[in-house]
Amino acid sequence: MNKKNNIMFEVKDLEVSYGSIKAIKGISIQVAKGEIVTILGANGAGKTTTLRTISRLHDPNAGTILFKGEDITTTPAHKIVSMGISHSPEGRRIFGILTVEENLILGSYSQKSTDKKTLNWVYDLFPRLAERKRQLAGTLSGGEQQMLAIGRALMSRPEMLLLDEPSLGLAPILVKAIFKTVKEIAHSGVTVLLVEQNAKAALKLADRAYVLEVGKLVLSGTSKELLASEKIQEAYLGKKRK
Amino acid sequence: MDIFFQQLVNGLTIGSIFALVALGYTMVYGIMKLINFAHGDLVAMSAFVGLSVYDQFLGGTTNSLVAVLTIFAATGVIIAMAGIILERVAYRPLRNAPRLSAVVSALGASLVIQNGIMLIWGPRMRFFPADILPATTWNIGGVYISFIQVVILVVSLLIMAGLIFFIDKTRVGAAIRATSIDHDASRLMGIDVNRIITLIFVIGTFLGAVGGLFIGLYYRGINFNMGWNYGLYAFVAAIIGGIGNIPGAMVGGMLLGIFKAFIAGYVSSTWADAFTFTLLIAILVVRPTGIMGERVAEKV
Ligand SMILES: Nc1ncnc2c1ncn2[C@@H]1O[C@H](COP(=O)(O)OP(=O)(O)OP(=O)(O)O)[C@@H](O)[C@H]1O
Ligand SMILES: [Mg+2]
Repeated sequence: MNKKNNIMFEVKDLEVSYGSIKAIKGISIQVAKGEIVTILGANGAGKTTTLRTISRLHDPNAGTILFKGEDITTTPAHKIVSMGISHSPEGRRIFGILTVEENLILGSYSQKSTDKKTLNWVYDLFPRLAERKRQLAGTLSGGEQQMLAIGRALMSRPEMLLLDEPSLGLAPILVKAIFKTVKEIAHSGVTVLLVEQNAKAALKLADRAYVLEVGKLVLSGTSKELLASEKIQEAYLGKKRK
Repeated sequence: MDIFFQQLVNGLTIGSIFALVALGYTMVYGIMKLINFAHGDLVAMSAFVGLSVYDQFLGGTTNSLVAVLTIFAATGVIIAMAGIILERVAYRPLRNAPRLSAVVSALGASLVIQNGIMLIWGPRMRFFPADILPATTWNIGGVYISFIQVVILVVSLLIMAGLIFFIDKTRVGAAIRATSIDHDASRLMGIDVNRIITLIFVIGTFLGAVGGLFIGLYYRGINFNMGWNYGLYAFVAAIIGGIGNIPGAMVGGMLLGIFKAFIAGYVSSTWADAFTFTLLIAILVVRPTGIMGERVAEKV
């Protein structure tokens, strides 16, 4: 699956600080075209910081970010999405006082105009959004807001989708539904980099995983390997050592 | 009853000017959560720039639509550029600084512009010629309406309708609304937030320039420090309407203009300030976010 020559996205020796606090202490990540890769880690591990740095909302202190062979380490944030990377951020960050459809249309701001086909594709993926297109986004339920955040990110027709904790605060049944849709999105040809605390669900979905602990990568491998790893079972899947 | 309608007409005239100026405060606040205290001084400056454009290039021209359009175009461009410079110099470097720093910078910029006007054009009151526009006045059942009043009302309403259309119906307008909600989320959509901020300053100061020229054409006397007076009223109008809310600034400006005219007509113009601030406090007690403020309530 992760053939080296198929590498689409790469982070090399990334370091990020907030003032004097080092949040990311030199991590390297590779994602091949078509993969679903997940970054796991506890609260404060640096998952969100990593994604925000990739989207250029943050400047790294060191390291490089490469996408399709191009160095995007210093590309301005607003140009990232038109290069093919779209980000559904932590906390959803939908535009609450705008309607559902206005949110989706903003998702396609990087395109010249909003493609009807893409809009219909998103509505097909999330029929709930179609029913509520004229509703103010802030009045959606948590799950619906998450759908909107993902749908909005898809409106730019990205090649790679960054998802920051789409399961946060959702009931297990909704998590299942959202992850099923993420799988569908990946099958349609979108590469996915998924950040999660819900390790079990994420490992079931992903091809490969990285485990982040206070700014450092401590483990990586295929999902199968990680699901079987004792360390993961203890720390993230809640299983006790025998 | 005549005085009622007369003061209504006068109130709508000055209210239009308040509304135009208030839009500059409210749009900048909407995007940057910053009160641009220098806005009123740019409004004052526009009146002086307009007068100089007239004196230099159009001296003696009377009753000329071309002359008036030239004044508005030249002044609008010059003041909008001043707005861009203001944002770059006084606000952009402090984008991530504590809010108080930006407030101090805004007050400093206000003083700099005001003193700049005084240095360039002098401390004495200057006057717009009376005959740039026709001096026609109509008497409609005892209510006097002058040509300039009609111009101010019609032009202001057209500009405001255009602005609402732009904000509500265009792609860039949607980007402006998104930016006013969440800068980072907007960047993720591919919106160049810096460009949106520049655009807001261009639109806001341009509207302010139109307001400043209307002040010159309507009242004729202009003063280097008049920005504080008009700026304060427009700022109050923006708060009454709900700061950050564009239709709110329009409604707030009109209401405040009418209110002020009625105080002047029925009580005394010397009391206008006291009554205005009493009204402001009363409105804020009943509706802390202003008349139309619920739409800008902090997001969840
Ligand atoms: N704006 C900020 N200023 C200062 N420190 C920050 C800021 N944002 C994050 N941090 C710190 O950086 C570290 C990593 O935070 P980050 O949000 O990336 O973690 P996370 O893995 O996404 O956690 P969670 O699962 O809780 O979302 C934390 O120690 C956090 O306190
Ligand atoms: Mg996080």
